[in-house]
Amino acid sequence: MFLSSLLLALRAIRRNLMRSFLTILGIVIGVSAVITMVTLGNGATRVVSDQIASLGSNLVMVRPGQRLGPGRDSAGAPRFKVSDAEVIQTQISGLNAVAPSTNRSVTVVYGANNWSTAITGSTDAYFTVGNWRLAGGRVFTESEQRAGKAVCVIGETVRRELFGQLPALGGELRVSNFSCEVIGVLASKGQSAMGMDQDDTIVMPLRTLQRRLTGNQDVNTILVSVVDSSRTDQVMADLRSLLRERRKIAASEDDNFSILDTRQIAETLTGTTKVMTMLLGAVAAVSLLVGGIGIMNIMLVSVTERTREIGIRLAIGALEREVLLQFLVEAVALSALGGIIGIILATLASIGLAGVMQVPFLFDPAINLLAFLFSAAIGVIFGYFPARRAARLDPIEALRHE
Amino acid sequence: MNATPSPPAPLPSAGEGNESLIELRDVTKTYGQGTAEFQALRGVNLRIEPGEFVAVMGPSGSGKSTAMNILGCLDNPTSGAYVFRGLHVEQLSRNQRALLRRYYLGFVFQGFNLLARTTALENVELPLVYRGEPRVARHARAREALDAVGLRQWEKHTPAELSGGQQQRVAIARAIVTSPTILLADEPTGNLDTQRSHEIMDLLVALNRDRGITVLMVTHEPDMARYAKRIIHFLDGRVSSDHRNGEKP
Ligand SMILES: Nc1ncnc2c1ncn2[C@@H]1O[C@H](COP(=O)(O)OP(=O)(O)O)[C@@H](O)[C@H]1O
Ligand SMILES: [Mg+2]
Repeated sequence: MFLSSLLLALRAIRRNLMRSFLTILGIVIGVSAVITMVTLGNGATRVVSDQIASLGSNLVMVRPGQRLGPGRDSAGAPRFKVSDAEVIQTQISGLNAVAPSTNRSVTVVYGANNWSTAITGSTDAYFTVGNWRLAGGRVFTESEQRAGKAVCVIGETVRRELFGQLPALGGELRVSNFSCEVIGVLASKGQSAMGMDQDDTIVMPLRTLQRRLTGNQDVNTILVSVVDSSRTDQVMADLRSLLRERRKIAASEDDNFSILDTRQIAETLTGTTKVMTMLLGAVAAVSLLVGGIGIMNIMLVSVTERTREIGIRLAIGALEREVLLQFLVEAVALSALGGIIGIILATLASIGLAGVMQVPFLFDPAINLLAFLFSAAIGVIFGYFPARRAARLDPIEALRHE
Repeated sequence: MNATPSPPAPLPSAGEGNESLIELRDVTKTYGQGTAEFQALRGVNLRIEPGEFVAVMGPSGSGKSTAMNILGCLDNPTSGAYVFRGLHVEQLSRNQRALLRRYYLGFVFQGFNLLARTTALENVELPLVYRGEPRVARHARAREALDAVGLRQWEKHTPAELSGGQQQRVAIARAIVTSPTILLADEPTGNLDTQRSHEIMDLLVALNRDRGITVLMVTHEPDMARYAKRIIHFLDGRVSSDHRNGEKP
């Protein structure tokens, strides 16, 4: 009986090609839109959280002034000095490493190649704090730091742009007015959460940078890495009271520095991409709904015709349950077909768009299943329930249906 | 071909076998409710024996179609009894009545009631599908039925591609493809020209004579009624006359 219902249903689908096509189309559009959007959103979120992980775990960032990001209100707030970092290192417990650092934008030259990049001056603790690994060479030593030696460790992008196929280690870069030996190359980290290339960097001893480039003793940022992430809050509180004391801030005054940890940075950044994902998902959900309404319309428009068809089938001796099974199988087959096509399309579109957008393709079984079930439910409900009502009529009533 | 298959299992067994094929006892049918109430049948009594060829006549609105629908198990009487081979149809379940239609009855509707966008062949074989007949046998019998109504070469055409007369013949082919015990036809020649009408009547006569199919046919054309062995007149929801063809009523 099931087999014959399947055959009847397949024949009905073939007979009503337009109706079947529109039903499938509605499901395909809804399913593929939702899955594509959510998959891409997931990919983007993954990129951001990966980048944050590569920022270094248990990282706390101390900067002069309030607020992080563009338009930072740091004007007037006193800079930090290396001594601040040293005091933090000695007075606060539970720290893994403390790296005072300062940045400068420069153009560096090697042979005929030149490249604009950012130089960070810091101590060797910078590599620990930033979770950097070396692809080759070494980082600077204590004595090189103390002496302010002209040595540097370069990121993969800088290496590629300046050296290409040539060996980088031992090469002499011209940085502004001095020359600097490349002693190490950093392993690649890729794009940062804000979309910046983290490998486009040069790191040299802080003292070298201060002497040769900035000409002052200022430290822009103190990066602190905490041993035990569960103690981060304690460390931040300690940092705050220590710095308030050192900077002689009265109890009534606000901080003139800010302390942020990776979790806060992560929350800010993944928060944005999650909002984006939700937004995209919402837009896609609308198309799922529109697809659903499309299916609903097609099914309701054809109710008269279907009711008459059911009347005919009943009149020539079909049982109610045979008619119902046929229509159920038809609705399920159409919905399933639409859902499968939708999933295939969404997968192809997601892979393609993920490539264009440079985010990973993350297959999300839950959203695939959810979108599929939702559309299938619409298809089945609006395909099956009008049929059920019709099949309960007396044949003559179903035939009379206008 | 024998026109009396054994009754399907879900049906209660019929009576002794010596009763009429069909018997209506004081059948009434009321449409609507309250002020809109309308009594289409006001107590119809009727007996039809196996092998008869009956023409049902009467003015429009006299209840002919209503009676045919009840006889075809498509509709239930409001009161009274419909006995089919000793079986009280008005007491059967929906499914049992469906099985009666499936195994014993062929119905030709006034409006053809063919499935749209479905070929003539598929329309005709549909009753056999529900009888569970295998595909090959089904096609052979459907073609045979289409042959009988002269539409063999039209089997691939859908109703939209056929004239009204051709659609009516497809509907007749569908009704006779199962070799039913009873063929009920509500104005089967209502949409046909005179020549086609006579061809259809010849076909019905042949089915009645050669296959022993009992034929009940509504018509308002005396020319067509002349083919029948017996003529029943309806008037205002009652049988007003019932006589053998050729006798004066
Ligand atoms: N579904 C219905 N609802 C209400 N009245 C109906 C319905 N079907 C038929 N009637 C009425 O019942 C009467 C008999 O109709 P019908 O049996 O179709 O007559 P005939 O076939 O003899 O022309 C008519 O007056 C018709 O208006
Ligand atoms: Mg009528």
